Amino acid sequence: MIKTLTLSAAVALGLGAGSAMAAGGESHVEDFAFSFEGPFGSYDQFQLQRGLQIFTEVCSGCHGLRYVPLRTLGDPGGVGLPEDQVRAYAEQNFEVFDPELDDTRPARPTDNFPANTGVGAPDLSLMAKARAGFHGPYGLGINQVVKGMGGPEYIASVLSGYTGEEKEEAGVTLYENHAFPGGWIGMAPPLEDGSVEYQDGHQNDLHHLAQDVAAFLMWAAEPKMMARKQTGLVAVLFLGLLTVLLYLTNKRIWAPVKKRAKGEAAE
Amino acid sequence: MSGIPHDHYEPKTKIEKWLHSRLPIVGLLYDTLFIPTPKNLNWMWIWGIVLTFCLVLQIVTGIVLAMHYTPHADMAFASLEHIMRDVNGGHMLRYLHANGASLFFFAVYIHIFRGLYYGSYKAPREVTWIVGMLIYLAMMATGFMGYVLPWGQMSFWGATVITGLFGAIPLIGEPIQTWLLGGPAVDNATLNRFFSLHYLLPFVIAGLVVVHIWAFHSTGNNNPTGVDVRRGSKAEAEKDTLPFWPYFVMKDLFALSLILLIFFAVVGFMPNYLGHPDNYIEANPLATPAHIVPEWYYLPFYAILRAFTSDVWVVMFAGWITGGIVDAKFFGVLAMFGAIFVMVLVPWLDTSSVRSGRYRPMFKWWFALLAIDFVVLMWCGAQPAEPPYSTIALIGSAYWFAYFLVILPLLGVIEKPTAQPDTIEDDFKAHYGKTGGSADATPAE
Repeated sequence: MIKTLTLSAAVALGLGAGSAMAAGGESHVEDFAFSFEGPFGSYDQFQLQRGLQIFTEVCSGCHGLRYVPLRTLGDPGGVGLPEDQVRAYAEQNFEVFDPELDDTRPARPTDNFPANTGVGAPDLSLMAKARAGFHGPYGLGINQVVKGMGGPEYIASVLSGYTGEEKEEAGVTLYENHAFPGGWIGMAPPLEDGSVEYQDGHQNDLHHLAQDVAAFLMWAAEPKMMARKQTGLVAVLFLGLLTVLLYLTNKRIWAPVKKRAKGEAAE
Repeated sequence: MSGIPHDHYEPKTKIEKWLHSRLPIVGLLYDTLFIPTPKNLNWMWIWGIVLTFCLVLQIVTGIVLAMHYTPHADMAFASLEHIMRDVNGGHMLRYLHANGASLFFFAVYIHIFRGLYYGSYKAPREVTWIVGMLIYLAMMATGFMGYVLPWGQMSFWGATVITGLFGAIPLIGEPIQTWLLGGPAVDNATLNRFFSLHYLLPFVIAGLVVVHIWAFHSTGNNNPTGVDVRRGSKAEAEKDTLPFWPYFVMKDLFALSLILLIFFAVVGFMPNYLGHPDNYIEANPLATPAHIVPEWYYLPFYAILRAFTSDVWVVMFAGWITGGIVDAKFFGVLAMFGAIFVMVLVPWLDTSSVRSGRYRPMFKWWFALLAIDFVVLMWCGAQPAEPPYSTIALIGSAYWFAYFLVILPLLGVIEKPTAQPDTIEDDFKAHYGKTGGSADATPAE
């Protein structure tokens, strides 16, 4: 019971801090350039795969991804792993509890990424949508129109925003972080230059690692982004055409009425 | 239906006559579709169609969403992710529904302000106006309960704050709050009843919309001049009006298409812009968000709710005169509902004999100030309740009440209206004679 309470309190603190960020916005969030920004932006498949590697090797130690089905790693427009690799990835990396076996077994593509509540770290399934990196100016929300909501930018900024300072508070070690609201975060710096080695030799300094995993988490939060933008684009184009046709139709219908009014006014 | 003389449906064939003598439904449709409509309506008269479209959009997307949604405190949040990830097209349905609510309220606010400027609420259209206000109230309730269903942090805490308003009523407040929530706090029982009511109310709205349309089809549309359509004979009426089909149907469809273009751009490219990030965090009764904000469309009234704090003299006076029954919290609740109630009363608060704001030189400025006031209040509602925002909100709230309760009644007495055109036909001719038939389909204001 005591343990549950402590855990809840820890979660409560974490959530409270997150919300304070959403309201305040004193933290420093860098406007990283992501490939999926703007109406025509799309996910960079290779970046998402690199991000998946970081998540698997580093983040998944403490964080869960409970709402993301493993099979979606094979979906086009996202990470896009081949089917056999999805199966192998699931089996090799995660164990899930199966109520039918009453035991754990290696994960299958039909399972979700497991939840991970061991140390009270927040689930990351929706993290990229649950934080806004950009605000204002003056509470008007214009920055979010121009730069986007700033969820992935916030994640990348936190991961690369550590100053190296630490302090102890009530037995908990806090780490100074530019991007985190309040300036002190409970999470130890998870990434540093070269902490994950890419197979293809892609750059692995802290800035690149932070952006790669932030991009992956954006995909995890919004896996249908590509489909959505495509639907939006088709809708806008066809409605544009329809609007022109309706404009011309309307003009044609009203023309005699207006002409008559003009003629009568001239008399 | 209309009091304006026009052609009526005549059944010609045998089968038409057979049906017409039993159920005159074709005649009803005919009269509705060909209703004489003032020919000088401007672009502010297109929002009715947009609103009708929104209601249909919300009902259709909502019914499908309800097929995949689970109204249970432990499963609601996960069922939304199921909709977003597993259901075919589910992510589009949900984003259309969520942003559809925003379009609905955007349109209704322009529609309401259109009515306020052109005096559409004045005799003989008071009933249309009151039914419209009932629709607006039902929309507010529906939107609020719908926002609770995702069971995110803002859903949960928004529900806690808003149902808490009822708890502010003296003596009977707490039992009412418990009754509304189905328990001592927002929980599964609350979620279930909100889901049930969120499904019910749109159909109540649909019924009210029929009454709303019936009412203004009985009186005829208002128009930008506020001058009545001549009804002496059919020939006379035809000089002022055009049939709804095809003239206004095509015009409205053109406008609707343009608005939908923008709407789909928002849904496709920035669907979370109008939402709050905190609602992507599952509801947690143990963690209060630092800053509880309602959806943007409630912000003006939320600002009025929070504006009247215990250090405002009106609140202190109300507390003193009622022996402490009306405290700051209850005063705020009264002010919020009062802000809507004064709108309901506007047909009787406006004493001017002239309908349209176009011919009211002083009214124009006060009205413009009211529109700005509304936007400023909306902005204040999203800010923390501390100076300078609280002061601005208080001034804004005071103006809102002053406009309806003081300025409108006085203006009717002291204002000298400018000359109105004798007929709608004159207004239409004057406009097109002057501009020589501009690119606009109809006179723009």
